[in-house]
Amino acid sequence: MIPSKFDYVAVDSAEAAIAALTEHGDEAKLMAGGHSLIPLMKFRLANPTVVVDIGKVQDLSYINDGGDHIAIGALTRHMAVETSDLLKAEVPLLAHCASQVGDPSVRHRGTIGGSLAHSDAASDLPAALLALNGSVVAKGPSGERVIAADDLFAGFLENSLADDEMITEVRVPKMAGAGWSYQKFNRRAQDWAIVGVAAVLNGSAGVGLVNMSSMPMRASAVEEALAGGASHADAAQKAADGGTPPEDLNGDAEYRTHLAKVLVERALTEAASRKS
Amino acid sequence: MTAVMGSPRLRKEDPALLTGENKFVDDIQAVGQLWMGMVRSPFAHAKVNGINAEPAKSMPGVYAVYTGAELMDMGLWAAPLPCAWPVTPDMVNPPHYPVATDEVHHVGEIVAVVLADSRYEAADAVEKVEVDYAELPAVGSVEAALTDAATAHSDHATNKAFTWALEPNPDGVNDAFANAAHTVTGEFLQQRLIPAAMEPRGVLAIPSPHGGDITMYTSTQVPHILKVMMAATTGISEAKIRIIAPAVGGGFGAKLNVNPDESLALTLANKLGRPVRWTETRTEAAFSTHQGRGQRQKIEVAADADGKLLGVRVHLDADMGAYMMLITPGVPLLGSFLYTGVYDVPAFGFTCDGWFTNLTPTDAYRGAGRPEASYAIERAMDMLAQKVGITPEEVRRRNYLGGGDAFENLDVASTLTFDSGHYGPNLDMALNMAKIADLRAEQQRRRDAGESKQLGIGLCTYVEICGLAPSRALAGLAYGAGGWEAGTVRMLPTGKVEVVTGSTPHGQGHETSWSMIVADKLGVDPDDVEVLHSDTAISPLGLDTYGSRSLAVGGVAISMACDKVIDKARLIAAHQLEANPDDLEFESGRFGVKGSPDKGLLIQEVAYGAFTAHNLPDGMEPNINEQMVFDPPNFAFPFGTHVAVVEVDENTGETTLLDYIAVDDCGNQVNPLIVEGQVHGGIVQGVAQALFEGAEYDEDGQCKNPSFLDYLVPSAMEVPSIKTDYTYTPSTSNPMGVKGVGEAGTIGSAAAVINGICDALSPYGVSDIEMPASPMRVWKTIQDAKAGA
Ligand SMILES: Cc1cc2nc3c(=O)[nH]c(=O)nc-3n(C[C@H](O)[C@H](O)[C@H](O)COP(=O)(O)OP(=O)(O)OC[C@H]3O[C@@H](n4cnc5c(N)ncnc54)[C@H](O)[C@@H]3O)c2cc1C
Repeated sequence: MIPSKFDYVAVDSAEAAIAALTEHGDEAKLMAGGHSLIPLMKFRLANPTVVVDIGKVQDLSYINDGGDHIAIGALTRHMAVETSDLLKAEVPLLAHCASQVGDPSVRHRGTIGGSLAHSDAASDLPAALLALNGSVVAKGPSGERVIAADDLFAGFLENSLADDEMITEVRVPKMAGAGWSYQKFNRRAQDWAIVGVAAVLNGSAGVGLVNMSSMPMRASAVEEALAGGASHADAAQKAADGGTPPEDLNGDAEYRTHLAKVLVERALTEAASRKS
Repeated sequence: MTAVMGSPRLRKEDPALLTGENKFVDDIQAVGQLWMGMVRSPFAHAKVNGINAEPAKSMPGVYAVYTGAELMDMGLWAAPLPCAWPVTPDMVNPPHYPVATDEVHHVGEIVAVVLADSRYEAADAVEKVEVDYAELPAVGSVEAALTDAATAHSDHATNKAFTWALEPNPDGVNDAFANAAHTVTGEFLQQRLIPAAMEPRGVLAIPSPHGGDITMYTSTQVPHILKVMMAATTGISEAKIRIIAPAVGGGFGAKLNVNPDESLALTLANKLGRPVRWTETRTEAAFSTHQGRGQRQKIEVAADADGKLLGVRVHLDADMGAYMMLITPGVPLLGSFLYTGVYDVPAFGFTCDGWFTNLTPTDAYRGAGRPEASYAIERAMDMLAQKVGITPEEVRRRNYLGGGDAFENLDVASTLTFDSGHYGPNLDMALNMAKIADLRAEQQRRRDAGESKQLGIGLCTYVEICGLAPSRALAGLAYGAGGWEAGTVRMLPTGKVEVVTGSTPHGQGHETSWSMIVADKLGVDPDDVEVLHSDTAISPLGLDTYGSRSLAVGGVAISMACDKVIDKARLIAAHQLEANPDDLEFESGRFGVKGSPDKGLLIQEVAYGAFTAHNLPDGMEPNINEQMVFDPPNFAFPFGTHVAVVEVDENTGETTLLDYIAVDDCGNQVNPLIVEGQVHGGIVQGVAQALFEGAEYDEDGQCKNPSFLDYLVPSAMEVPSIKTDYTYTPSTSNPMGVKGVGEAGTIGSAAAVINGICDALSPYGVSDIEMPASPMRVWKTIQDAKAGA
């Protein structure tokens, strides 16, 4: 619970953050809300020698209408996402999903960019980004690129960003009128999901799973079954296909597999009921 | 003045706690302090072949690194850490020094200590100490201990530490089972619990610049006991040791021990002449602070055809962990007397084997032995009800002591005398509040409709032993101290009152309650009463806080000291009023002369007169400064009925507590608001055991959930709004008629919740479920039952 020694640099712009990353290479870690990074450092599971604090980069905290999508600055806190009227109207899944993260103090500190960059299979927002077919904007020394949700998550707590890149923006397609649901199953309100399911029914179906693999996972088998005309109940039977559910005290693979099926069915049923 | 006693007054101590004005150990700083960093064993059982501390010694800020062997050579200790409760003459008690020398017996046992200028430098240096361990086979559970395939201490031939028996009537028990129409057997696991007080433990020992005195601030429930134990184990005179428990953020039993870190801080500060400190991290706490429960229980119940009890027989295998801490072996004994519950049981027998394992030692945790006991008997009563084909409440009614009517000073089969009880109306009140008939109808409706969310109604009618303790009763149990408590009441010259208590609060609100007792007795304003505590220099005499004893022993001592104050004040007032003491009546803080309404003196005036000593009766000592040491003639036995209403989702195994009703009886109440708080917190702690918490170990003795990520302490979000009410059956064990309430909630709630789950799942043929009843465990239990059906 006591981190190793590190240097601390606070920056006030994305450019300064990228410059610091370029200078320190993989010794450095960005810190946004710090609510995933600091616990890892306290357990000495992460030992960056330089912490680059981007928490005060004010101009990366926004929620804007981008025409066919909503653009959210990477430093936007979960609480802002949860309470945004624009998101509640246009992408209600994301606003609701943010309201399910941890507890209020976590939501006041944690950021959407940090949550997606952390690429934690147990986190809520990555599943929503997958279900929504969203993307992120990554910025590096040589400019910006857009990374689709499917290409962002690269492994256990690993993303596909280069060492000197950072997420500056998150983009989610508008989905007003679409059906949606987020099913989070946990033992205490403040906990990560044992299994979670984000579903969007918008012509085609998008289904993202929480904690069913070593990284955030799309329930492709469910999506394909639905595209092929399967019923919700039948499609849900494929919830765990392709997954490698983690095993812990809350759930072994058998139980998580079962839960995923129950929750996917519940999510599809609820989403269908919300569709207008 | 409006009545003080029984009024729901806000707590005096809260503003300072809520604004951060109050100081906890970790807030207190000392110039020149050194931080301890503990090098802890990563293995549950290993030989320590060697330690290379050199790389750590050259780290920045490091003052010294000491291995266990070096510390022994320094002669810091006169004796190992104490166990005050050798339950049998032949109990095995392996020497437990603060730092291991050649063999470690649990994960987290200290093998070396770093002293550094800062906590961070200490933590960095700890990582540089190289320890050469040779792993030994570990005993990772009490089941493994029973086989003796490996022994937790390699020089022991068996893991068994003792066998303790309470068998007042062995023939009667045999007859009961021979003649029974019904018998039920319950086998239950009381899983280990990590106490998790809001404030972790910490210590700061500061040597005096001269004279050899040493002051130790520590996050403890037991400064007085600690002082005696520190003196006994270090050889430093207790006259030189001052222990201060500043603001203490909860204890639940986990802070009533004599810990390695405390002994290290005291002796190293004394030796080095520098302040020495330490604060545990959360993960460290899972290894370095004792744990609760850890028992395998087997209870057998014999009854006649109507479900009337004939006999109860109990065997425990209790997990001591690696060492005997202060009262480790005594915890199961505290429960032994309660396995007959609130019932009239003709014959009773109890045996307990204590076993060593390579796990963190167990010791007291809220309820200490009593939640385990009420769990076993209350689960068994439900099983019996099912077997006889009657409702859970009916089986209880048929067996209540005194037939459910009021009784006083009743001898029970477990050899104790219950002070008072009146169980029938208490049960009725709870069932009415729960609307039991409506609940059963809704339960049936769901079953008939084949719904996936089943309703369960769980009942627990508990009794507990508190007000620890009559010193002679403790002698009978081979406990190494008494159970009295001291209280002093001083009238100050300005009319304010200073109270000194030996009972040490750590969240209970003693300052408020003691002020109310004094205000009620002396007719002063509660805000004019100052309560001093938790510092052995200010309150030299005391036996501290545990076992729901504070009010029933310590509060009563204050009340009785007030009587002495009034007695002396009466003599002074009579002298000054030129009246006969017997002609004075004391009411609302004023001595008045009977028949002469204008003639009188306020107690404050008398106090001033006692201070000036200008006009006292001949031979009377100036000042009013009265002490009472109260040794209760008997324990107190609070009781109550708890009803848990649960909903179980068969698809996920999730249990939701829909409603919780608690009707407790703790005798007369001083401050109902404080009672309410204790009941709520206690219930949640029992719910935690039933549904959420449990230290899980693998067979190598490694804890799988030592952090709050995996060790699930429930929050307000997981419990319903608890509905409480009370009955009031005064205790005969003390003049105030009070009983304790600090542990009652915990003692009633785990059984209520699990009885509720079993009730919900009975259509599936499920008759028992292990704690904690996690969704996965419930779901798998349903699957197994369905597969077996
Ligand atoms: C008690 C607790 C409960 C929680 N419960 C939940 C929960 O239920 N569900 C859930 O989803 N999460 C939960 N979280 C995690 C929380 O949502 C975190 O806030 C989030 O995962 C990370 O966001 P952050 O801004 O704090 O990132 P940080 O901790 O600051 O960073 C996390 C990682 O992302 C990197 N990073 C941060 N920002 C960027 C960026 N803009 N570009 C590139 N890399 C970046 C960092 O370098 C680091 O590696 C919980 C956390 C806590 C402490």
